[in-house]
Order: sequence, then structure tokens, then C-alpha cells
Amino acid sequence: MDLESADVLEIAHLARLAVSGDEADTLGGELSRILDLVAQMDAADTAGIAPMAHPLDMVQRLRPDEVHEGDQREAFQAVAPLTEAGLYLVPRVIE
Amino acid sequence: MALHEQGITELATGLRAGAFSSEELTQHYLARIASLDSHLNAFITVTEPQALEQARAADKLLRKGAGGPLTGIPVAIKDIFCTRGVRTSCGSRMLDNFVAPYDAGVVERLQQAGAVMLGKTNMDEFAMGSSNETSFYGPVRNPWDVERVPGGSSGGSAAAVAARLCVAATGTDTGGSIRQPAALTGITGLKPTYGRCSRYGMIAFASSLDQAGPMARSAEDAALLLAGMAGFDARDSTSVDRPVDDYLAGLDAGVAGLRIGWVEEFLGEGLDPGVAASVELAVRELEKLGAEIVKISLPNSHLSVPAYYVVAPAECSSNLARYDGVRFGHRCEAPVDLEDLYKRSRAEGFGTEVKRRIMVGTYALSAGYYDAYYLKAQQVRRLIADDFRRAFEQVDLIAGPTAPGTAFRLGERADDPVSMYLSDIYTIAVNLAGLPGMSLPAAPAPDGLPVGLQLIGNYFEEGRLLGAAHGLQQATDWHLRTPAGF
Repeated sequence: MDLESADVLEIAHLARLAVSGDEADTLGGELSRILDLVAQMDAADTAGIAPMAHPLDMVQRLRPDEVHEGDQREAFQAVAPLTEAGLYLVPRVIE
Repeated sequence: MALHEQGITELATGLRAGAFSSEELTQHYLARIASLDSHLNAFITVTEPQALEQARAADKLLRKGAGGPLTGIPVAIKDIFCTRGVRTSCGSRMLDNFVAPYDAGVVERLQQAGAVMLGKTNMDEFAMGSSNETSFYGPVRNPWDVERVPGGSSGGSAAAVAARLCVAATGTDTGGSIRQPAALTGITGLKPTYGRCSRYGMIAFASSLDQAGPMARSAEDAALLLAGMAGFDARDSTSVDRPVDDYLAGLDAGVAGLRIGWVEEFLGEGLDPGVAASVELAVRELEKLGAEIVKISLPNSHLSVPAYYVVAPAECSSNLARYDGVRFGHRCEAPVDLEDLYKRSRAEGFGTEVKRRIMVGTYALSAGYYDAYYLKAQQVRRLIADDFRRAFEQVDLIAGPTAPGTAFRLGERADDPVSMYLSDIYTIAVNLAGLPGMSLPAAPAPDGLPVGLQLIGNYFEEGRLLGAAHGLQQATDWHLRTPAGF
């Protein structure tokens, strides 16, 4: 596997990570080596094997559709970087 | 015996007899942290005022003859568990300013059991690492040799337990993060069956693998701590609603009559000869104690590291998407637009290893690659779990090394992610299968560094694991060694 800088920049964009050109070069080599390690699993014959998403093959537990928690907005917004009047503030999205 | 040399059962007896109070015991440990942790960097936050308050509350209970075995016992909490009103950093700049608004399920249980929290321990950033070198707060050092790593990601908890800076500690294990540091620092650590301990409030790395467990100086202490941590929690959708065994009562079950599997594949290339000799000696000791040793094969175990480095990064890239600079955590200065806010907040908040894993996971899940990576890895995961299923038709427990070598030098593998990943070659398969596994000290290597024996059990057989480990520890003194200077 050989990831080029352009590939790295595309992945970084998908992951919403700012990455500079120099960083992309280094990351390209590192990620390629990790993907080479991962490629060892290609040798395994997995035809007809059911994928295992969960170690205990559990299904999602359901609960009654009832309110069970109180309003904790103030507690949660106390750790937010920027809020106003109970709202989270971000840069203007719509001009 | 000095207070910091005593195990939980002795301390609980002393507390009840009035030989010392929890406040005195807590002061003793706080003083040890103050004088010794500068050599180790095991703690990110020491919670002295809260610890003393909890200790005084425990003393009140004890004077009334109430409380349980953990009442008044000072423990340390890995900084991955949310603790209300106390910074919960996860070893990351991203959460350097994060004061958790609620307690993790495991923390809540330990509080209800009366345990005293001394502080929050250092760890690899977001639990991603095997050396504790990826922490934003600097590396933790191994008390057996401060030029060496303590392992990771629960390196701070491991070093603190080994150096007697706490009685016991909590850890988490996604690919070996309890067992590998336990091996490298000469302590006893247990990763329970997936679903046994609540993941509520335990900062998520790879949700289908993450599991909390105890790190302690003996199997007996680990049993007592696990009893205080385990149990159903409706707030964790993968928590298993099933009674918790009486781990303390099960300790005396011992080793006699157990069929223990010896994994041929674990003894190949890459295993340090000194580690191999110590682990073989420990297995012979188990045989002397009445276990039958049976050679078994886990033919797909060599695929565990490759499959893990798809599954774990994929889940990590999804879990860590929540750090967006909007609701909590680090936010960059003067963002020009929303995309800039996301991208720079994340680039500044996350360290190199975390970014690498997010990107590997993002790539593996991106359009056109899903079948080749994520689906394939989940199929390999099934092959690995099936190997164990077949093995447990023949044996009660499986034994082998925890890590391929002893503690390595700081910096030695920091620039080579793949060589670092191979530190977990014997532990990762256990997480993929969701089984319980533990590491306990074997005889030290020729240079005196600790070596870990790994024992793996069938689903929910933590009690059997602890019983076998306790049996071995009653017959040997490997777990009693203490690093010089601590």
C-alpha cells in the first residue's frame, strides 16, 4: 500500500483534521506501513464467514420510551467553549 | 508492616480494629505520591481534598461497624473514567480543560463501596498506545527502571500500583491496556469479559472492545476491586445483565484439577527467550499445583493484530468524531468558518498517534474500501473467536506470555508505530473475542525486569481465572517483589 500525499489530504479532510503538506508526507509513509500490516489478513480465507460486530453477538437492548432524565443543559454547557442564552455558538454558517 | 505494604484484606482488618483510620491511610498514600511521583509521572491529577473528605466519610461508617471490604481503601482511577467535578483528560490536550459533569458507572460503584479516590492516573492519549508515551502530560516511567516505559495504555495505574502509590487502581483494556502494563510493571491486572463492567462514562475508544478492570498487587486484591466494579448498568447498552460471581469466595478454588491450554502459536518468533523461560517456569508451577497442561492451537491468532488495526481505528474514528470544538473540549482560536473550527480544533487537540488511528479508521470506512477492510476484519474476528471456542471445549483456561518482551526503553519504539503495535500481539485476540484475560507476575527476567504470565478464561469465568492466579500466588513469591526505592 502506498498512500500519496494527496490521498492523505483527502482522508484528513474526511476526518476533519487540518494537516499540512509536510505532515501529509510523513503520515503517508506511516499510514502505508500500518495498512501493510493490516493487509496480512488478506491471506485468510473468509468465504462464507459471518462478520462479527460484537463479541457476544448481542442485540441492542430496548427500553420503554419514557423520559427518565431531567434537564441538565446548564451542567453540560458549563464545559462548552462558547455559549449564549442556552445555545452553542459557532462561526456564522448562513450569510 | 508499613501501611503501603499491606493488601486490601489486611488493611480492611486494620481499619476495623482501629489500628489506623482511613484518613491516616489516605494521608500516608498522599504523602508517598507527593514525595515519589515526581520520578514516575503516574498521576495527572491528585484529588487530595476529595480523598480526605471520602476518607473521613469512610471512617464514620467504619466506626459504626458498617461498610464493606473496600470502605476506606485508597485507590487510583485511570483518567479515562469521568469523575464529577474533577478534570477528566483522557491523557489528551483535547480534554485538558474538561471537568466531567457526571461520574462513570464504575466510579459510582467504587464510591458506593466506600473506596477513596487518590487521583486520576496518566495514560496514553485516548488509551491509544502501549508505552504511555503518547500522553499529553508526558510519559510515565517504570518504577523498576525509570529509563523504561511502564507499558500502556494504563501505564499510570500500573506504575502507581507497582510503586505502592495506591493500594490498587482501575484500568481499561481495548487491546491489552491492562494486561501489558501489568506485565511490564510486575503487578496483577484483569480484563473482564466484554460487558461485565459498565462502559458508562468511560471515554470511548473502540466500543466493541473497551472494557474496564482492576489493577492490583495480587489476585486477591484484584478480586476485591473487581467485585466493587462489576455489574449491570442500564445506561451502557452493551452491559450484560447477569449476576456477578462471588470472586472472593472463589479464590480458594485454586489450580488443582484444571485443564490449562498451552498455546503453541505464542512461542514462535518474536518472543524474548528470557520471557519464554519465565512463562514456562510458571506453567510448570501450575502443573505442580495439580493442573493438567494440554497443548492447544489458536491457528488464526497471527491475524489478530492486522484485524485489530482495522476494527479499533474504525470505531475510534467514529467515536472521536464527537470532539468538534463546539460542545466541550479544545477549541481553536478565531475560526474563520465552521470547517476551520472543526479541523483546527481537532488538529491542535489530538496528538500524533490519535490522528494516525483516526485516519486509518476513516480510510477503512470510506466509500469503496468497506468490504476490503472493515467487513474482512469482522470476518477474521469471527475466525479468531471460533479458535477460542474450540479451545475451550478442551481446556478450562489458556496460559501464555502477556507481552513478547520486558519493558523497553523510553523512545525506543516511539517513531515506529508498527513495532509498538506488536507489543500487544498476545493480548489483542482476547479483546476481539471478548473473553476475560489477566496478567500476573511470573519469575523476573535475568536482568530483574518483571515478566507477565497471561491466563485467558472462557466467557464470564473471571472467578476461575482469579482462583487459579491466587493458587499460583499462594505457592510463589513473584508477585511480592517491590521495585527498589519505592
